[in-house]
Amino acid sequence: MSAHDHAAAPPHATLRGYLTGFVLSVILTAIPFWLVMGGVLESKQATAFIIMAFAAVQMIVHMIYFLHMSRKSEEGWTLVSLIFTLILVVITLAGSLWVMYHLNSNMMPGHETSVSPNEPF
Amino acid sequence: MSHALTDAQAAARDVFHDAHEHDHEAGGSTLLGFWIYLMSDCLIFAVLFATYGVVGGNYAAGPGPKDLFDLSLVAVNTAMLLLSSITYGFAMLASYRKQIGATQLWLAVTGLFGLAFLGIELYEFAHMIHEGATPQRSAFLSAFFTLVGTHGLHVTFGIIWLVTLMIQLGRHGLTRANERRLACLSLFWHFLDVIWIGVFTFVYLMGMLR
Amino acid sequence: MALDPSSLVDPIFGRLSLDSLPLHEPILVATFAAVAIGGMALLAVVTRQKLWGYLWAEWITSIDHKRIGIMYMILGIVMLLRGFADAIMMRLQQAMAFGGSEGYLNAHHYDQIFTAHGVIMIFFVAMPLVTGLMNYIVPLQIGARDVAFPFLNNFSFWMTTAGAVLVMISLFVGEFARTGWLAYPPLSGIQYSPDVGVDYYIWALQIAGVGTLLSGVNLLATIIKMRAPGMTLMKMPVFTWTALCTNVLIVAAFPVLTAVLVLLSLDRYVGTNFFTSDFGGSPMMYVNLIWIWGHPEVYILILPIFGIFSEVTSTFSGKKLFGYSSMVYATVVITILSYIVWLHHFFTMGSGASVNSFFGITTMIISIPTGAKIFNWLFTMYRGRIRFELPMMWTVAFMLTFVIGGMTGVLLAVPPADFVLHNSLFLVAHFHNVIIGGVVFGLFAGIVYWFPKAFGFRLDPFWGKVSFWCWVVGFYIAFMPLYVLGLMGVTRRLRYFEDPSLQIWFVIAAFGAVLILFGILAFLVQIYVSIRRRHELRDTSGDPWDGRTLEWSTSSPPPAYNFAFTPIIHDGDAWWDMKQRGYQRPQSGFRAILMPRNTGAGFVLAVLCTIFGFAMVWYLWWLAIASFVGIVGYALWHTFNYDREFHLSLDEVVRAENERTQLLAARS
Repeated sequence: MSAHDHAAAPPHATLRGYLTGFVLSVILTAIPFWLVMGGVLESKQATAFIIMAFAAVQMIVHMIYFLHMSRKSEEGWTLVSLIFTLILVVITLAGSLWVMYHLNSNMMPGHETSVSPNEPF
Repeated sequence: MSHALTDAQAAARDVFHDAHEHDHEAGGSTLLGFWIYLMSDCLIFAVLFATYGVVGGNYAAGPGPKDLFDLSLVAVNTAMLLLSSITYGFAMLASYRKQIGATQLWLAVTGLFGLAFLGIELYEFAHMIHEGATPQRSAFLSAFFTLVGTHGLHVTFGIIWLVTLMIQLGRHGLTRANERRLACLSLFWHFLDVIWIGVFTFVYLMGMLR
Repeated sequence: MALDPSSLVDPIFGRLSLDSLPLHEPILVATFAAVAIGGMALLAVVTRQKLWGYLWAEWITSIDHKRIGIMYMILGIVMLLRGFADAIMMRLQQAMAFGGSEGYLNAHHYDQIFTAHGVIMIFFVAMPLVTGLMNYIVPLQIGARDVAFPFLNNFSFWMTTAGAVLVMISLFVGEFARTGWLAYPPLSGIQYSPDVGVDYYIWALQIAGVGTLLSGVNLLATIIKMRAPGMTLMKMPVFTWTALCTNVLIVAAFPVLTAVLVLLSLDRYVGTNFFTSDFGGSPMMYVNLIWIWGHPEVYILILPIFGIFSEVTSTFSGKKLFGYSSMVYATVVITILSYIVWLHHFFTMGSGASVNSFFGITTMIISIPTGAKIFNWLFTMYRGRIRFELPMMWTVAFMLTFVIGGMTGVLLAVPPADFVLHNSLFLVAHFHNVIIGGVVFGLFAGIVYWFPKAFGFRLDPFWGKVSFWCWVVGFYIAFMPLYVLGLMGVTRRLRYFEDPSLQIWFVIAAFGAVLILFGILAFLVQIYVSIRRRHELRDTSGDPWDGRTLEWSTSSPPPAYNFAFTPIIHDGDAWWDMKQRGYQRPQSGFRAILMPRNTGAGFVLAVLCTIFGFAMVWYLWWLAIASFVGIVGYALWHTFNYDREFHLSLDEVVRAENERTQLLAARS
């Protein structure tokens, strides 16, 4: 076991690393806001898809440059636990949405998920 | 006891025991343990996101995201959190260089950005409640306030921790124990950033697209 | 909707008044009298023997994983008595309440009993017993001196106890939930359960949940970081492997419970609309979420038990475990699969064929790794030199019983069959079949197996066998009739029956419950007799069963520091390997050992949390605020204590080791 790592700075824990992470995340935050606030794209679906992709990328950027994730830290245990947790998060989110969507459409037919009063349809 | 036997004993012990170990410093597992705790926290947020995803469209004939959300305010808020992240990074860099003054300074700046974030969030909440969009109004608002509020509570706790840690740094300096605490809080702070990415994307931006 | 509680209640006493005491329930008054007299007697004995200082210094504030493990076991056994009292009351009621007779329990009381029975048995019996064994055994099996976070360990234990205390308070002050053990809304919402019962439920589980989560984090970090040199993952004892997977499940599942209960409390306290039937709330979302926790929870209970059976089978067959790596992979596969089966608890809710078939199939798939484990145990026994000591008897009883429970489980996993059997006594029989036939039998195997390690003497085999036969026979007599009744369509949680032809089955089941009662009593007698006969049953070797893993290499009970020298591991069955290769215990060269210092902080925090929970239940807002400030303030203050370790002096280490040397010399 690597018992004696004396508070060594983890990889990317350099000024350069932090600044890279910061600049990337500013860009990755600004574009989605611009897309939505400016109404840049016609298709809402496309916008939704793009901002979700940006969110995913930005999360990875934060993981690498701010949380210093790497295959080496704690002999890989942090990365393994992160991946495991992400799988469970996806299961919880996707599973709940899937289950509850089918439940609603089966048990409340014609009573689709409520419609916002602002929406024209 | 013959000399040969003692030799044999010594040989056997060399095989089965670590005769020359030194004290295992307590806290060698702290960062990993704290990381595991954060993973469990992640699942709390997963439940809140899932709930928001399922009931977030149920406005109960009340106000929806478009009536309530002010994206420019959210953008400013996001900027506060991002800035606090980089300043925490500067504090960590200063601590690696053993510059206690600079560490404290950057920590203080981080705390101020955190407070600004909280202030803006509270203003947003107060504004919504003032308009009648209370957590009780609809399932959408219940889920919204709980998800965003839970993140806000985490930030609040982070600030309390930050102040406590600054006092402890002032008393004991950059000892091993304090470096560990600094690193734990760093994980916590940046973790909240990651959660916020989810919040502004799924709650605010996607909400405006509904 | 939004019920503003503060406007309804007294500012000082909240909802609490003299009417809150159940003085009109003779059963409760008598129970209270008995508990009060018993409690007073216990306090008197402790005071007269001047044990308070000892208890405080050596147990309550102890951060030794072994002592904490023992305290978990005591908590579990005490709560078992309470949970079983509920069980036998239900069986009695159901055997009596036929054809005009209302039985002896009114609906209000009966509904609390079946809720309390479920909650207590899962959270305050099975969980503490499982956690206790892991706490005691895992650090010893991996050659560590303690867990990764000894203080947190103490805190976790007291938080679990605080939850149990709240449940016990609900027996005498106010009432417990009448909702069933998972408190489904809208029944558990403020509209249909305006009383304190559900609030007791929520706060007991939330406080105990903190303890469970932290102990999960703790054991996980311990297993990952503190294994002795040489112990690679595939050289870990199987019990440690199952403990690793169990704690992964705890860390990943309990937050879900916490979050769901927070949402339910917000509905009840603040008036939000997550699980209400109007304003867009969805009660089914609660069911969905709580089972995302609930299904992994059953594996949290059973996985370490699989580990116990693996250790027992291999030790008492005198063989290496058959298929070690397949055992490990099966455990890991079960860990992951347990997250994608949760919907089988509510097939009937109406998600439709596609969703139901997905979850039905994943559920059936779980039986494959489980079946592989059964075969591994059988092949370990095959051609082994089997010693039918008590732990082995429990193991064989488990294998027979658990297979039946597993098969009825696969039956329930078929959605069309589940539509018939859902919420019936068939289901009740099924989960008791796997929990008693699996978890309880395994816990007894584990207790008998490791008792000599913890106390230095064996448990009396005669009374153990009496207990064994009462439990096993009692289980079959108590629960086979429920299968029959379930197939006939009798639903669960009923207090009264019209059809007199059903009565005979309930009478048989009640007789079975009485047999189980004898099993529990015999177990208590076994402990008492063993303490009386401890000199005859003494084990000075530290290795009474000719064990294979590291915990048997130390003395019984092990010294506070577990191992004078950290062992170096060359083989999966480390201690067996050491014995085979002529290992000699080192008798010199000891050194002082750095140890964590005892602290009362965990106890104080847990007491404050109990007060906080009680205050929240009764709307004592001032007390809730005060205790909350106390909790945060005390916790922060505790972080200013940097002096948490001390050196156990060389003299003490040498003295303890010499004592052991003499004991071992006296044997040979």
